[in-house]
Amino acid sequence: MYVIVVGGGKVGYYLTKALLDAGHEVALIERNPKRFELLEEAFGEVAVLGDGCDVRTMLSVGVKRADVVAAVTGDDEDNLVICQLARQRFSVPRVIARINNPKNEEIFRLLGIHETVSSTRVLYHLIEEELGAEQLMPLSTLRRGNLMLFEVKISEGSPVAGKAVNALNLPPDTLLVAVLRGEQALVASGSTVLLGGDTVIALTAPDHVHALQELLVKAARS
Amino acid sequence: MKVVILGCGRLGALLAWMLSQEGHGVTIIDRNREAFRHLGEGFKGRTILGTGIDEDILLLAGIEEADAFAAVTNGDNTNIMAAQIAKLKFKVPRVIARVYDPLRACAYRDLGIPNISPTIVGAGLIRDYFLGQEWKSPEHYFALVEQFEQTLSSASAEEGDPPCT
Repeated sequence: MYVIVVGGGKVGYYLTKALLDAGHEVALIERNPKRFELLEEAFGEVAVLGDGCDVRTMLSVGVKRADVVAAVTGDDEDNLVICQLARQRFSVPRVIARINNPKNEEIFRLLGIHETVSSTRVLYHLIEEELGAEQLMPLSTLRRGNLMLFEVKISEGSPVAGKAVNALNLPPDTLLVAVLRGEQALVASGSTVLLGGDTVIALTAPDHVHALQELLVKAARS
Repeated sequence: MKVVILGCGRLGALLAWMLSQEGHGVTIIDRNREAFRHLGEGFKGRTILGTGIDEDILLLAGIEEADAFAAVTNGDNTNIMAAQIAKLKFKVPRVIARVYDPLRACAYRDLGIPNISPTIVGAGLIRDYFLGQEWKSPEHYFALVEQFEQTLSSASAEEGDPPCT
């Protein structure tokens, strides 16, 4: 694969190192000349001095044949522009943006950039997971789609325990995919009856996370 | 007309003054309090301290009721992002971004994000002044940059992209 990494901070540095170690072709773009010197020392010709938001820089590294562009600078607005230009101007098949302000995730999606990584968000969820035992825990956001995969534990004595999946008033665009029970993983169907102690894997749209939480978690507490 | 302006530099302040002279409601945002000095003393609109790619700040500025939004900070990418938020999320009817980089300006124009590039228009006006030609519309000068960009694209293709490994 040919991967263009834009932003040679710590994230870009280690990402480039890992990609090179895995045998990929990489171009690492950095606009700060001081930082670039250090990167050139480490990576030789892989490091390129330039601005990843500048069409000329991207053309000079052969953006049109890139398989992936990863925008990992510390500025969300720069990462947005890098990804939009790569995707829409140069038809790069896959673009990934680092997001610093978790609030921008929704905006990036609205502006057509669906693959985003927010370390702030990941840390937030890790902390939340520690605090609330009966929380919807995000597993992953599906590529390009607006769907998220969640895991939730059904407590003993929960009102949804003992109910069949098709008897639940699930929010729209929501699917219970699987039930983890003891050592078993069952594919959930309409007739699957939920039991206390089950862990349920659910697929839902970001708009309905709250409703699903109300149904499975709040109900469990009442 | 209700107008929200992001960026209180020379362009933002002048635009704010022009519109408020005409009796329009102007709210101007900047992340640096000192910048509001550009407005002069007679400015009757509102000033808001904050960054314009933060939805909360835009809401505070009344973006939901705004008839027009101009993103004119000194950062091209900030302007591009803010303009898209105003257009796509808040559905502001008239949105424009100021973009210095001519190539970025053209790219976003093609993507349906209206913008004005003082670099493009400036170069075009100066050329026409030198040649004794009449000044033309921004569209005319934008078209010239499209041609300019094609020469860059073909140059990079001729030199050859880095070889595949």
